[in-house]
Amino acid sequence: MIASIFDLTLCLVILAAAGAATLGRDAFMAVVFYIVYGILIAMAWLRLGAIDVALAEAAIGAGLTGVLLLAALARVARKAGKEPASAASVPATTIATALAALVITIGIAYAFLTLPEPQGLQGHVAENLAASGAENPVTAVLLNFRGWDTLLESIVLLAALLGIWTLAQDEAWGGRAGLRHVTRPGSVLAQFGRILPPIGLLVGVYLVWAGSKQPGGAFQGGTVLAAVWIVTIMAGLMQAPRVADRALRAALVIGPVIFLALAVAGIFAGAFLVLPPAHAGWLILAVEAVLTLSIAATLAMLVFGPPEPEEKR
Amino acid sequence: MVLSASLLYGLCGAALIGLGLYGFVVHRRLIRRVLAFNVIGSGIFLLFGAAAYRDPVAGSDPVPQAMIITGIVVALSATALALALIVAHARLARSDALPEDDRSGDPDEGRP
Repeated sequence: MIASIFDLTLCLVILAAAGAATLGRDAFMAVVFYIVYGILIAMAWLRLGAIDVALAEAAIGAGLTGVLLLAALARVARKAGKEPASAASVPATTIATALAALVITIGIAYAFLTLPEPQGLQGHVAENLAASGAENPVTAVLLNFRGWDTLLESIVLLAALLGIWTLAQDEAWGGRAGLRHVTRPGSVLAQFGRILPPIGLLVGVYLVWAGSKQPGGAFQGGTVLAAVWIVTIMAGLMQAPRVADRALRAALVIGPVIFLALAVAGIFAGAFLVLPPAHAGWLILAVEAVLTLSIAATLAMLVFGPPEPEEKR
Repeated sequence: MVLSASLLYGLCGAALIGLGLYGFVVHRRLIRRVLAFNVIGSGIFLLFGAAAYRDPVAGSDPVPQAMIITGIVVALSATALALALIVAHARLARSDALPEDDRSGDPDEGRP
């Protein structure tokens, strides 16, 4: 009973935070509420027994998406100047939209309530877990049973980065990604930039290492490592790499390339993406290690954005 | 029917989808639309995760969990690309809204 009161409260707080994030007047406040909302959703995932998802949501959904939104807000404010009205001013449109959204919500809720009995795949995963090379069932699904998803997902990340780089202005191409950050010495950010990275590095590497047995994995660990890099650069302690840098480009593609090579090599063991059970354990660890490097580099470069020309002051 | 955790979070997910859809339609600022798009996305993930947790005895199903993690990463990629496009749009058009939305408000708004 206590549990369901907690769940009920959490759901109400989630809806309140989501409401403030979508309906609030001020854009900056909306983004801050969105970050809070992401952390609350991560708690909901814990309640649903999905610790891996909770880690991913807290790191990627709340953390990185929040940073991206804040950075975009600052850049747009500098370039666009005057803000358009935040919401449509026509009341009829607003009311019609609210009604339509309500009908869709009720429809989805009805569909959820009338779902047929669950036929989970837990049993199948548990039966084959020994052959997968990972003890954490989520890692086994990600890197073995549904390796296709993860392979394509790592390529999607790269594709998004390529898309962002194509938006660079010609004169800025080849330069350092994003804007240069300067902080006052002794400020909070400068201090955090020194204190957080060692802890973050430890947590990031641990999450990848632990991922084969416990909750964690390449995406969660890679995100923490990316966050360490982002904090260091935002604190002005390091500069973002040049987009033409060969070492950077190698780090970006090594994960997907090795994963793809392994997938092709799987043809000799039976079929595309098949990991021979005898070697699956260390192969998964190796793929996770290089994937982590690529994911961390790609996520950080996604946050830095395209190279920008020097600002005229 | 007992109000189980799965049911509660499933309904919460449905409400989030509606809330996100509403925000996606009524906002003119493109960044607010991207934010609303992310609320819709996490509502769908929550709905999916809750549907997979309807049998607590069997434990949570790892396959939907893995698919949701993949979904979160793909949503981040799409968000990053969309925001970069919005920044580029703001640089060229000096506005944070699409031209048709700018026109429906103040006629001079958003012109360079």
